[in-house]
Amino acid sequence: MLYWQLFTEFFKTGLFAIGGGLATLPFLYDIADKYPWFDRTMLTDMVAISESTPGPLGVNMATYAGFSAAGVLGSLLATFGLVLPSLVIIIIVAHYLKQFNHNKFVQAGFYGLRPAVTALIAAAGFEVLKVALFHMDIYQITHKIIDLLDFKAIILFGLLLFATNKFKKHPIIYIAMAAIIGIVFQF
Amino acid sequence: MKQLLDLFIAFFRIGILTFGGGYAMLPMLQAEVVQKHHWATEEELMDYFAVGQCTPGVIAVNTATFVGYYQKGVLGAIVATAGVITPSFFIIIIIAAFIQNFAHLPVVQHAFAGIRVAVAVLIINAITKLWRNSIKDKIGVAIFLIALCVAILLPISPVYIVITALTTGIIVKKARRLI
Repeated sequence: MLYWQLFTEFFKTGLFAIGGGLATLPFLYDIADKYPWFDRTMLTDMVAISESTPGPLGVNMATYAGFSAAGVLGSLLATFGLVLPSLVIIIIVAHYLKQFNHNKFVQAGFYGLRPAVTALIAAAGFEVLKVALFHMDIYQITHKIIDLLDFKAIILFGLLLFATNKFKKHPIIYIAMAAIIGIVFQF
Repeated sequence: MKQLLDLFIAFFRIGILTFGGGYAMLPMLQAEVVQKHHWATEEELMDYFAVGQCTPGVIAVNTATFVGYYQKGVLGAIVATAGVITPSFFIIIIIAAFIQNFAHLPVVQHAFAGIRVAVAVLIINAITKLWRNSIKDKIGVAIFLIALCVAILLPISPVYIVITALTTGIIVKKARRLI
């Protein structure tokens, strides 16, 4: 019964959360209110953990809730439940997209869509930039521009921007370097 | 079999390095899917992202399913999806089982403050690459600017932005009598 509930609740989340990432959050709040698997505070912690570990919030939360409710099997079922709807839907969409790829309406649609998706990614990049380079929290208390800037981060940002464009190494190298620099220089 | 294994490993690597969710995986996808394995072009990758925006589920998973399906059918879709979620599955189980207050450890906070800077740089590079591939004319620039302002300033679901842009594309081509 518990296994079935875990599966169906996260199946529903996977089916209705459109737009990725934080879109799962309202559904997860709903689960927190209905079941004893996790509460709202744990959910807030999980947002922080998801931001500092690899992987999407929805998947992380399903794994976490499943594990705390019913061990490894529970986490497997909850994660599987979350992923299943999109797996099926995307396979169907991918199948038809291939057939209609040369359709003029589909091509015209994508002509309009590509700049918009670039914009959506740029907007997400803007959010990341804000969190990575500025001390929004300190600024809101002191209201001094000098407190807004995170100088260590901005210097690292400049160096990495130069390095990535000059050396074209795999992203993993820059992520690892930034983690070490962050620990050594106490970011 | 070799290709299935390649799919799993590539998406496992993408999954393990996607810090900060969804869009943060784009630089990794470009490196693994476009440059290393040539499973998709930059444009195709964007189209998968666009479709992922207006279908249910997590973008990272949706894109993995897409690429996997086109390479190896349904089995490929399942293998790529499994690859992208396996790292976070194990990491979260370890955190849930052993580490209380993981996110509050100072060493973790310092490391991730550094990683966020790297992610910001990688995303900016990814966006300049996308810009070159996706924006070909003035109408493209206009759609980009409007969508960017709406996405930053208004708290609306990206689904509406995607649908509006799609309709605009069709109307523009229709007006130019290209359809």
